[in-house]
Amino acid sequence: MSDLYEKTATELASLLRAKKTSSVEITESVLSRIEALEPKIHSYVNIYPDLALSMAKEADQRILDGRARPLTGIPIAIKDNMCLQNEKTTCGSRILANFRPPYDATVVRLIREEGMVILGSANMDEFAMGSSTETSYWGPTRNPWDAERIPGGSSGGSAAAVACGQATVSIGSDTGGSIRLPASFCGVTGMKPTYGAVSRFGLVAYASSLDQIGPFARDISDVSLLLNLLCRHDPLDSTSVPIEHPDFTKFLDKPVSGMTLGVPVEFFSKLENEDVESSLSDARKVFEKLGVKFVELSLPSLDYGIAAYYIIAPCEASSNLARYDGVKYGHRARDFDGMIEMYCKTRAEGFGAEVKRRIMLGTYSLSSGYYDAYYLKAAKIRTLITKDFKQSFESCDAIFCPVAPAPAFKIGEKVDDPIQMYLTDVFTIPVNMAGLPGISCPAGFSSDGLPIGLQLIAPHFGESKLVQLVAAFQKETDYHLRRPAL
Amino acid sequence: MKITLEQVDYVAVLGRLDLSHDEKIKYMGQLDDILKYMDALSAVPTEDVEPMAGPVELFTPLREDIVKPSLSLERALTNAPSSDGSSFLVPKIIE
Amino acid sequence: MEFEAVIGLEVHAQLLTDSKAFCSCTTKFGSEPNSNTCPICQGMPGSLPVLNRKALEYTVLMSLACNCRINEISRFARKNYYYPDLPKNYQISQYELPVAEHGWIEIDTSSGPRRIGITRIHMEEDAGKLIHDERKPFSYVDLNRTGVPLIEIVSEPEIRTPEEAASYLRAVHSILVYLGICDGNMEEGSFRCDANVSIRPNGQRELGTKTELKNMNSFKNVQKGLHYEIERHGEVLGAGGKIVQETRLFDPSTGATVSMRSKEQAHDYRYFPDPDLLPLRVEPELIEKMRGSLPELPREKKERFVRDFGIPEYDAGVLTSERSLAQYFEDTVAIFPNPKSVSNWMMTEFMRALKGQDAGVVSAPVDPENLGQLLKMIEDGIISGKIGKTVFEEMWSSGRGADQIVKEKGLVQVSDVSELTDIIRTILDENPNQVARYLGGKNQLLAFFVGQTMKATRGKANPQLVNEILLVELEKFRN
Repeated sequence: MSDLYEKTATELASLLRAKKTSSVEITESVLSRIEALEPKIHSYVNIYPDLALSMAKEADQRILDGRARPLTGIPIAIKDNMCLQNEKTTCGSRILANFRPPYDATVVRLIREEGMVILGSANMDEFAMGSSTETSYWGPTRNPWDAERIPGGSSGGSAAAVACGQATVSIGSDTGGSIRLPASFCGVTGMKPTYGAVSRFGLVAYASSLDQIGPFARDISDVSLLLNLLCRHDPLDSTSVPIEHPDFTKFLDKPVSGMTLGVPVEFFSKLENEDVESSLSDARKVFEKLGVKFVELSLPSLDYGIAAYYIIAPCEASSNLARYDGVKYGHRARDFDGMIEMYCKTRAEGFGAEVKRRIMLGTYSLSSGYYDAYYLKAAKIRTLITKDFKQSFESCDAIFCPVAPAPAFKIGEKVDDPIQMYLTDVFTIPVNMAGLPGISCPAGFSSDGLPIGLQLIAPHFGESKLVQLVAAFQKETDYHLRRPAL
Repeated sequence: MKITLEQVDYVAVLGRLDLSHDEKIKYMGQLDDILKYMDALSAVPTEDVEPMAGPVELFTPLREDIVKPSLSLERALTNAPSSDGSSFLVPKIIE
Repeated sequence: MEFEAVIGLEVHAQLLTDSKAFCSCTTKFGSEPNSNTCPICQGMPGSLPVLNRKALEYTVLMSLACNCRINEISRFARKNYYYPDLPKNYQISQYELPVAEHGWIEIDTSSGPRRIGITRIHMEEDAGKLIHDERKPFSYVDLNRTGVPLIEIVSEPEIRTPEEAASYLRAVHSILVYLGICDGNMEEGSFRCDANVSIRPNGQRELGTKTELKNMNSFKNVQKGLHYEIERHGEVLGAGGKIVQETRLFDPSTGATVSMRSKEQAHDYRYFPDPDLLPLRVEPELIEKMRGSLPELPREKKERFVRDFGIPEYDAGVLTSERSLAQYFEDTVAIFPNPKSVSNWMMTEFMRALKGQDAGVVSAPVDPENLGQLLKMIEDGIISGKIGKTVFEEMWSSGRGADQIVKEKGLVQVSDVSELTDIIRTILDENPNQVARYLGGKNQLLAFFVGQTMKATRGKANPQLVNEILLVELEKFRN
């Protein structure tokens, strides 16, 4: 029997139900894996072994009492931007280095109610602004497949932890690709659900109209279990959509024959990386063998996704991050003369370079005289992108495309070139702009052994289609089963 | 150049960021590059297009006017960098 | 050159909801600092706003009362600026699309009633409070008020004089209080007013440069502040100078306005749609429900009082200035159906007594039933009008009924003709000189004899009877 930390939630849940193991045993196994790998990978900002073990004990009791739910006793890592009552929630930033929220995020409450075991807070780019997890105040997370490389971002800690057994599953947030990109770079399955499917209450905001929480797991079965837990209406979030979600596990065994996947020509024409290209074309063959049809699509407005995104997201961020001023919580500068200087020094000390860059960009774009040319223009482009997608879905069930133009890059490679860094998200950003669900599924490896992900995009609240398609794909392939050698 | 040093100064004050001269020069160059990249957008015709503030096509929900307990004073102030046990303290403000 | 002033007013009114605009904390005033806060109104990371239904209903009610067009779809926007009383450093407000636009209200001016246009009414959240202590090197931040729902009522720049401005404010104030959606307390800041003012040569259409006045926390101060500012504009322009567009603070101790140079250098609020809230839809059913719950408004009531009760316009204006006062009047008239007499009493004795103490109309120690009873006793001649005033004072201070006081103190009017005749005869006999002068043509001396009679009866004599008997008895001396 392999180590418990290597097993999926689905496998562990059946062991737990059969009383063949306990949540405490699982948690201890994962905690020791964390301890062993943390110096190398650094997936976590804070680890809570005591909390985890006490939650595991409680979970074991629940199982004993027959009150277990599907994910009771399963260890989970939570991205460091979701409020965890009384525990440090830092958003990867110095400015929140000692912040202990007096409340739980809705997703954290759901996780507690389910009886899952919270391991710790996963590392991330500061305020989720980044594609590499290098901008964390707590230092970068490394890619478990190659420690010289980035794990993708911004939810790099959540992805890396699942990839190397430092967590059975995890949750992250995705504003422009922050779940799908690290899932792709770390060889795990990660989904950004439809905007409004998962509550944002308690998620420290980066760009409110784009942020969405979603799961990471080693296979689609675990993803579907987490979707069942996370996707529900929350009256505390005005943008949470009140609809009934299906039982996503019911779509794991549904045949995909007869379904249609759309291929956006604009995306594929941009591909320069041979490994990505060949992985995608192999994946296409797998689907075709399963009876899936492919149609070519044109979504011309997607070309403007990045430019529009890097207006809207910084605009919202500049306002969302105004609250970090050293008055109510968080870092406050030591030396200052007067209120305005206190603000300016606190923020200059508390925020890192990328966050400052985006605050500057957003503040500029909203400032007097520039609103129409930037924010308003971008908001209109957003309408066009959404329309293009909606039109595409008239001829296909989902869109088939890469997650990223290339596999994981080296640490430091793009840190000083914001535009190159931003371009990493070219295939993921339009999905957030339209609020669609998107999934990243392992679909191959580069010649130097780095995971490559495939992205599927569905219409609003079409998560079940993504589950169905990826489940079918994972039955035919073993990319998701491979683990990094550590 | 799409952005001047004066504009960088102005934006830094608006965004309450104390930037060194070197940082300002760096951001000026980077913002300039980024804004040039954004220029691509001006080529897209959008005259009759409605702007989109968010993806949810519903109306904002309403909450009933019911009072629920607030945080205890201790919890309300627990993260305060400076407080006297009932108020947050800030540098003196001269009005 | 003759100048005219152009004044526009912005009223901020706190809505009387139980909970805050976007969270469930209480709106209670006067609690220990920061004891009514939560992650949402403190602007903690991750917290999100959800709109209070009652705040919307109240906004719609005011919009209807101000004859506004209600936008079926409006939008919340963020107004971004840094200030320690604003925890998120942005205020949730409305910008491009407010709840209501294009309304008007009617006000009284020296040249008769006038309509003043209402540009817009929008919803927003209140900020917290900063408390300064001169002895300390820091300021205190209290976030209890943060997030209390406000409506901002913006007038068209159609007001021409400080007096009209005060009249407009009184009208807005009384509508808000009538609707029961704002307590109107200016001292506690639940009703606040900023003014935009400029002047221009008579006949010119183009507007002059305006200044914004803040910190005028009473109707009188609004008038004073505007007078000062209009005069200042006149002096500056008269001397060939230019008005600087700026915000100025009214100083109640000097009556002057002073520039707020120390504040933020530029107002660049960077408004954009709040992505945490979806567009706001005011459903037609909600509008109809609110329309149905609109009470009779002060001006309608005033007109009805003049028309149906035949009381003077001025009196009707005073009596309808507060909903509870008008209700008191109508309740009293129901018991004692002589509106003019009720109005007279309320305008004098009642208002004087009310002013003398803090008690509002509702908690007045003399209720409509008691006042009606008192007036009836006067009308029936049981007590004199003069005694009535004493009885009223006693009723007010003791809270007891009129008949009880009259009985206990033996204040029943002396209306016995033979008893009064005896008293009068004695007085006439004791004052032969005055009688002689009266008979010699000094008719004014009648008042002297009335006074003496009243003195002798300690005011209880029925004055009409006294008059009649005096005339008869005095005539008897002619023979």
